[in-house]
Amino acid sequence: MDTKDTEHPRLELKGITKQYPGVLANDDIDLKILSGEIHALLGENGAGKSTLVKAIYGVLKADSGEIFWNGTPTNIASPHAARSLGIGMIFQHFSLFEAMTVAENIALGMPGRQNMAELAKNIIEVSENYGLPLHPDRYVHTLSVGEKQRIEIVRCLLQNPKLLIMDEPTSVLTPQEADKLFETLRRLSAEGVSILYISHKLDEIKALCHKATILRGGRYIAECDPTKETAKSLAEMMIGTNLTTPRHQDTSKRGPVRLKVHNLSLDSTDQFGVDLNLINFDVKCGEILGIAGVAGNGQVELLEVLSGEQLSTDEAHILLEGQPIGKLGPVDRRKNGIAFVPEDRLGHGSVPEMSLVNNAFLSAYRTKNLLDKGLINNNKTTDFAKEIVEKFDVRTSGVSHAASSLSGGNLQKFIVGREMLQDPKLIIIAHPTWGVDAGAAADIHQAIIDLAEKGASVLVVSQDLDELFAISNRIAVIAEGRLSVSRDIHEFTIEQIGLLMGGTSGSGSEKEVQSVA
Amino acid sequence: MVYITPILALTLTILTGMLLFSFLGVDPVEALRNFFIVPINNQYGATELLVKATPLILCAIGLSVGFRANVWNIGAEGQLTVGAIFGGALFVYFPETESVFMLPAMILLGAIGGALWAAIPAFLKTRFNANEILTSLMLVYVATLLLSLLVHGPFRDPDGYNFPESKIFTDSATMPILLEGTRLHFGSIIALLAVLTTWIMLAKTLIGFQVKVIGTAPKAGAYAGFSQKKIIWFSLLFGGAMAGLAGISEVSGPVGQLLPSISPGYGFTAIIVAFLGRLHPVGIIFAGLLMALTYLGGETAQINLGMPVAVTGVFQGMVLFYLLACDVFVNYRFQLNRFGKAA
Repeated sequence: MDTKDTEHPRLELKGITKQYPGVLANDDIDLKILSGEIHALLGENGAGKSTLVKAIYGVLKADSGEIFWNGTPTNIASPHAARSLGIGMIFQHFSLFEAMTVAENIALGMPGRQNMAELAKNIIEVSENYGLPLHPDRYVHTLSVGEKQRIEIVRCLLQNPKLLIMDEPTSVLTPQEADKLFETLRRLSAEGVSILYISHKLDEIKALCHKATILRGGRYIAECDPTKETAKSLAEMMIGTNLTTPRHQDTSKRGPVRLKVHNLSLDSTDQFGVDLNLINFDVKCGEILGIAGVAGNGQVELLEVLSGEQLSTDEAHILLEGQPIGKLGPVDRRKNGIAFVPEDRLGHGSVPEMSLVNNAFLSAYRTKNLLDKGLINNNKTTDFAKEIVEKFDVRTSGVSHAASSLSGGNLQKFIVGREMLQDPKLIIIAHPTWGVDAGAAADIHQAIIDLAEKGASVLVVSQDLDELFAISNRIAVIAEGRLSVSRDIHEFTIEQIGLLMGGTSGSGSEKEVQSVA
Repeated sequence: MVYITPILALTLTILTGMLLFSFLGVDPVEALRNFFIVPINNQYGATELLVKATPLILCAIGLSVGFRANVWNIGAEGQLTVGAIFGGALFVYFPETESVFMLPAMILLGAIGGALWAAIPAFLKTRFNANEILTSLMLVYVATLLLSLLVHGPFRDPDGYNFPESKIFTDSATMPILLEGTRLHFGSIIALLAVLTTWIMLAKTLIGFQVKVIGTAPKAGAYAGFSQKKIIWFSLLFGGAMAGLAGISEVSGPVGQLLPSISPGYGFTAIIVAFLGRLHPVGIIFAGLLMALTYLGGETAQINLGMPVAVTGVFQGMVLFYLLACDVFVNYRFQLNRFGKAA
């Protein structure tokens, strides 16, 4: 496991900066990977990990900063150039042809023409050498996800990489498959291959990696030895502790339970989706419940089953004021007083090509009675759209403009406004201020708090802990399709939340992870 | 911009057409005059244009609803055929009836027949996720063969010297003529009503709104609680019914009986009409008239200049080709790209 000290690090980045319109994705980031080192790149979603990796793999060009390969300044112009240097990358989502064999898929990813017989021999050799059993003649569609990942790894290994980049490789693996992968990675490391390992799973990083570089909000925070850190200290660096003071309302005003979710389990319809596992929570009248968690841990699935886009297997899984609603579709749930603000503003919460008037109609036609003898009442719909624009300070030159012409923050205000003006008893909001400028974010937060003060129940799903602490009364954490018990925000520390988000379990103090199987 | 491309496509088609004519040794200006002006420079010609445009507009207006919902019904030709079979069957089995309800019943049956034929791809799509492009297209050939089977067998006129034809429809089973001395018939009124109804449906009703939302942003549709399956069923049944109306209005109109072949590909040309008309009801009327003109122009060019009959198909093909090409260039910027520099 010792990292060999060569004269130069295998890869060194100095001052990498990348500006996207409106976002500084990477701000002066340094990174150093020695040969044979397993180096973790740790950070929340949006911390700038993928941008940095894309710069290394030649997918995009940084605005400024230098890349040194074995000590030589290098310009990596394309993934092709990266591969010829000896950089291989395993993506989170595989690019494989299901209807072709393992060997054919590997041949497609290799430069030049391949001798198939020889390639098959090489595949067997490499896969046996590294404990990645793989048969070249098997068809890809017959393989498990773990086996498919092996194809990608073997494809990289056949090109004798010096640096292997892995983007959250265990997110699609079973624990057993993950253990096997770690063995392979340790073996590679012992042979001098450097590995850049991207993850937010603290347990894995502590077990596997020699070094870790932590990013937060596009900035380099620290480099450390994860084996000497605690999961708590890593979480602290990853999430940050400078949280603003909450200004939520008096908790004594909470009323009876309005929404109750009871033992909700659901298998995801998506291959890369997360199965929900025995989710339990409730939201009281006048209360804001926050659900924290790193993206891709079941939030999408939970929101879909709450909105009715996906029906629950048992109607009693979801109760609104004691009435089972698990088998009602979105229209009927709205009729019962539930409103939704989905994560994706364009294309989910609104139809981008349609006018604001039409988008006002989209979810409110029933509750606002915008149909008149079967025909759309244009005047009434326009008035409603204007009301939203006025009350929620949506900056637009007119309600006849397309939703796609609005800035992200203004469109979000429009959607939040549309849902809130339907006087919901319960509103479910996903990532209320994601990608929204500070001014609009403050407006949206205030609107949420005001609504709760009027007695409505609010469920907020967000990755932004600052936001959740600012507006919620209680917080629960979702990780790998399971939800922790919720706690009053005064009883929660940022470290505990960080640990729960990383899916750490079993270390005594984290009893709240419901590992009821 | 989207309304410029049809004009652009037509200009390019005409230019290419002129080039083509000069290669064939015909004066291009004279050829174009024969193709586009001679057919309609008298009253009879003008009404013939409406006669040809009627089935095109009926089929296209039905298809446009599906296309807006991202439901790619390519089989209007088959739905037209089955509509003609259903409507025509009523006359074949009750040829003596002189009731005033005969024609309305035939029209209704025509719509039902077309809708039933379109229900097959709708069922296959919603139940087995079978691609409606393939299923609806394959059913065209089934429908054509079915018609052929019927007119060679049970529907054949016993006094028809063994020709594969049904009895000629009697007056009570025929579309009333609107203008004495021409073939302009009541089917054109049906087409106009269909366009108006569709326009109102798309602009003012909930189902029309759902069609548009599901077509452009299916996730937003799911969010609003609109059922994708319902829209697939609706748009296929609607398109099928419209094509069925076109079918019955042809056999009860200009064709006047059931024959092995009752349409020169109206159902396919209607796809071009729908896109050339930008899927908009008013646009479809104009596009339908224009495409009808290519049928007439092809005939005139054949008679007056000795051009091959395929010239109609060539013109229709060019219009679609240029239209799609123009759309691509309007929506995307052309850029030479070296390998590996992408993303």
